[in-house]
Amino acid sequence: MPPDIEAIAEHVFTALADPTRRAILAALAQDGPATATDLAARLPITRQAIAKHLALLAEAGLVRAEPGERRRVRYRLRSAPMRVAQQFLAALARDWDSQLEALKDHLDSAAS
Amino acid sequence: MGFPDRIERTVEIAHQPAKVWAALTTAEGLAAWFGNEAGIDLRPGGSAWMRWHEEGFTADMRVERVEEPKVFGFTWHIYGLPDQDPRRTYVEFTLEPAGEGTRLTVVESGFAQLPEDAYKKAYEGNTNGWASELGELVDYLDAA
Repeated sequence: MPPDIEAIAEHVFTALADPTRRAILAALAQDGPATATDLAARLPITRQAIAKHLALLAEAGLVRAEPGERRRVRYRLRSAPMRVAQQFLAALARDWDSQLEALKDHLDSAAS
Repeated sequence: MGFPDRIERTVEIAHQPAKVWAALTTAEGLAAWFGNEAGIDLRPGGSAWMRWHEEGFTADMRVERVEEPKVFGFTWHIYGLPDQDPRRTYVEFTLEPAGEGTRLTVVESGFAQLPEDAYKKAYEGNTNGWASELGELVDYLDAA
């Protein structure tokens, strides 16, 4: 396993723990790539605060900066780190304990 | 943080391995305790599926190991990842006689897998998702 899979998941969960960054990521997921100015118009957050968070998210690899119209930088959500986080969640969500209890119950009831 | 790659559980079951084996490897058995409905082609490479009515969810599995009545293994999709994602976890049940009953171990592994090439493709390519799908649609329409 690549050494940074854990770091990737950590970046995602750290980003999601902050309500402002969560709002920015949600806006990019919902409406597609946007500039800091676009996001400031849509979210109750100053442009400066948004720019700061976007820089942080870009550094963590969760958004990608790309050239937009009128030489403004646009930010696009990167899906690969989110999928890594989903793998982590999939392991937590797998409930073998309940499943094995169900297996025992089934065998007991079939026997009686 | 510790990325969870492998889940392992062992339980003692008060029924003989043959009975446990049937519950794990037949459509009737799987539908009784795992899914609500199931189908299975019990041979390595065979396909199997389980459906959950309430969730409206179907899991597709590929049978990998069949060593009656000791080892049954299959792979399936990592829950939550897109359908086209090739990564799968491997589930292996091991049955051992224990007195009158069975010691059953289940190991599911592969949650932390990220093959080097898939990693590069997914992480650097940035070609997945709706943006590229829509881009392909535009290219297709432009070409027509």
